[in-house]
Amino acid sequence: MNNRTGQSAVASIPALLHRNASRFANRPAYREKEFGIWQSWTWFEAEREIEALALGLIDMGVNAGDFVSVVGRNRPYFYWAIAAVQSVGAVPVTLYHDSATQEMAYVMDHCGARVAIVEDQEQVDKMIDIQEDLHQFEHMIYIDPRGLRKYDHTKLHQYSDVQDKGREMRDTHLSELEARRGKLDYDSICVMLYTSGTTGKPKGVVLSNRNIIETSKSSAEFDNLRHDEEVLAYLPMAWVGDFIFSIGQAYWCGFCVNCPESPDTMQTDLCEIGPTYYFAPPRVFETQLTSVMIRMEDAGRLKKWLFDHYMAHARKVGGDILDGKPVGAMDRLKYGLGNLLVYGPLKNTLGLSRVRVGYTAGEAIGPEIFSFYRSLGINLKQLYGQTEASVFITLQPDGGVRSDTVGVPAPGVEIRIADDGEVFYRSPGTFEYYYKNEESTKSTKDAEGWVATGDAGFFDDETGQLRIIDRAKDVGKMADGALFAPKYVENKLKFFPNILEAVVFGNGRKECTAFINIDLTAVGNWAERNNIGYASYQELAGHPQVLETVRAHVETVNESLATDPMLGGCQIYRFLVLHKELDADDGEMTRTRKVRRGVISDKFGDLVTALYDGSDEIFTKTEVTYEDGRKGSISATLKVIDAKVQPVETRQVAAE
Amino acid sequence: MLDSAESYTTEDGRTIGPVVMEMKNITLRFGGVVAIQDISFDIREGEIRAIIGPNGAGKSSMLNVISGFYNPQEGDVFYKGKKRPPMKPYQVARQGIARTFQNIALFEGMSVLDNVMTGRIRQMNASLFAQSIWKCEAEREEVANREVVEKVIDFLEIQHIRKTPVGRLPYGLKKRVELARALAAEPSILLLDEPMAGMNVEEKEDMSRFILDMNDEFGTTIALIEHDMGVVMDLSDRVVVMDYGKKIGDGTPDEVRNNQAVIDAYLGVAHD
Repeated sequence: MNNRTGQSAVASIPALLHRNASRFANRPAYREKEFGIWQSWTWFEAEREIEALALGLIDMGVNAGDFVSVVGRNRPYFYWAIAAVQSVGAVPVTLYHDSATQEMAYVMDHCGARVAIVEDQEQVDKMIDIQEDLHQFEHMIYIDPRGLRKYDHTKLHQYSDVQDKGREMRDTHLSELEARRGKLDYDSICVMLYTSGTTGKPKGVVLSNRNIIETSKSSAEFDNLRHDEEVLAYLPMAWVGDFIFSIGQAYWCGFCVNCPESPDTMQTDLCEIGPTYYFAPPRVFETQLTSVMIRMEDAGRLKKWLFDHYMAHARKVGGDILDGKPVGAMDRLKYGLGNLLVYGPLKNTLGLSRVRVGYTAGEAIGPEIFSFYRSLGINLKQLYGQTEASVFITLQPDGGVRSDTVGVPAPGVEIRIADDGEVFYRSPGTFEYYYKNEESTKSTKDAEGWVATGDAGFFDDETGQLRIIDRAKDVGKMADGALFAPKYVENKLKFFPNILEAVVFGNGRKECTAFINIDLTAVGNWAERNNIGYASYQELAGHPQVLETVRAHVETVNESLATDPMLGGCQIYRFLVLHKELDADDGEMTRTRKVRRGVISDKFGDLVTALYDGSDEIFTKTEVTYEDGRKGSISATLKVIDAKVQPVETRQVAAE
Repeated sequence: MLDSAESYTTEDGRTIGPVVMEMKNITLRFGGVVAIQDISFDIREGEIRAIIGPNGAGKSSMLNVISGFYNPQEGDVFYKGKKRPPMKPYQVARQGIARTFQNIALFEGMSVLDNVMTGRIRQMNASLFAQSIWKCEAEREEVANREVVEKVIDFLEIQHIRKTPVGRLPYGLKKRVELARALAAEPSILLLDEPMAGMNVEEKEDMSRFILDMNDEFGTTIALIEHDMGVVMDLSDRVVVMDYGKKIGDGTPDEVRNNQAVIDAYLGVAHD
């Protein structure tokens, strides 16, 4: 084979599959809980399933270079579909299964997919709705036949039927399949993933086998991942992280990917599997911690005392013990006892007993939340990455973990900080190009391969780790020239369990203001304990006591901001609590739950005006989209509330 | 009018079979009160048959006659072509007729799984001894029954509450568990007593989908009582309308909707 530099013997996912099928033949490759039991497939069996599907795809007429979209929640069948599509030389495109019909239409049209592999009737219906506008779209394959019996099956096929057909035609198509598989090398496209698009339309990021395999290899070595790891695949398949963890690293190391029974059973399945390698966005850790705290509030007095007492001790020494720092014998003994009585059972309930390597990324995680998990002895670390980098840009090494940094450059990654603070990187994982979007490719990736992350950050002098402040384009200046970093402030607000989301305004203005979303679980529980009745989210969000609590939170944040000479100008003068939850269905957030500032300030323009014109309350009416696509509207009168701000002593110095 | 032994295909492609159950001139009295007066109608295989009517019209009584809870003083019930003698409810259940209740009747202290397993009771024939040591026949049976139950759990999407005690569930889910138990019995006729009562719009939509899917997937014949007109008209193939214990209409949703007697019963009519 004509190897380019760095090419290993196995140059594609199907090649890795073949290697695993002989090396780890009888070890589990996939598990899925179905009908209450964990069903499992070995690597050998998985290869058979994938081959059958690949042959079926050839029989259906899928050509090398075609795009095949894969839309579904994490199930072995979809992971097989990805490998099968690659085996026939076609390109898998994973889509968010919860995206609205129009979003799907855009992506399907943009990549010109000829075939879609979907889960059930819901997805089939969505595709049927949009297929008239898609000229290249031909066949659809579904997994769950429920409710689909009466559909026209000329272009619609059941997954197992396609596999059966493939098995039947094995002799005819096998040589063709082998030829196509043989052609795959480091430069062939491995997958195309659409970025969620905080701004504008989603972009198709093309990643080659080199990107995925090199990244998986080096990151697996960094954390010493082995073939006996267990992961739970529960994050959207359309997200690059899942692709790396559940396909790239899983195929490279040969470990087992476990798929939960349904999204609702995630927690139970997590406990049953006890993953050793675990990734979750901060939100998941937050939710888990909130539910633990809520349950402890309702616990008996002895239990509550035990919990509080030992958690205090864990906060004191737990992190140090995990980092291997010296800790006194008595403290260790007490920590051991705590492990027996509190930490162990708690970790088991959370399903994190066996976690050897845990990561969180995507958003900043609250320092208290982060240290809570670490003090329990869970090796939770942070990483920084993006789709264009095949995830990894920086990683925290064992023993060098902090809540406010994102780690050192991942193996093989070079990082440089531009004059305006924007972070640039260059790595083997750097994407090839944006599909059908040369302009964006050029503006993102320069001729030397440096990619702009769009995030502003700097290297921390003390630890040598990267610190991210905010999206570079969101970082602005206040009217008086002080730095404006909305996300930094929003994260501080979101660290309060009562606050789910926050959107801060103030670019080019004299004062900062904010929209707040309360967390219905946390605030609802508080309301229940205090006998406060409410009928809806809207009513609870407008309750005077809730507003008072939120005001206290905002003022605490202001106090903490006042101590930071750089960001002291971002204190919040006025805020309001929104009458609805920000939602991806309404376009206010991305599917990965990042706020879309532009959309929000347009849509709620009247509210932003009210924040600045001094009015005490404002009546507003907002259009909402229900899950099935119907529209409705909700109206409310919102109170605008003033918060106390603190003087920033060093502000003069910073501004000059 | 269609012959009772004939089959036909609906507009959406389902096959509705011959008459599987026929009520002939049923009259049910409680002392001096006449709950049902001389009512006749039939249920065809594979269809969704609704019984509607204002409060106190005798709908639940009718369902109780079908399920064997009440024995009518007059009239006969024909099941699969044979006249059914007066029976106890458990005997009716053995014939393959399962039901849910207007007021949920589940075992509150038991888990969802155990509750649904009780729906399989008539498929458990192992001796008490075998069951107590859980060997041979008992083990085989339980595994087979559990499989059926798990399929039902999967079908109704209640995996996440499998091990939760029923008492802790919200109302809408309890309704679904009750449906699961009835479905676990693999009935040939399923009787639903107000499956949508007290539900919000979303729960109603879910429940409607489950009813349609059940009918489509397993070909289960469904007889349901429901108050929500929108639901009834959308779901059912044929509708019986009752008022004050009498049948005042019978036919497709469209026929019933345009029936003057039905309109009067629902909207009220001036009495001279």
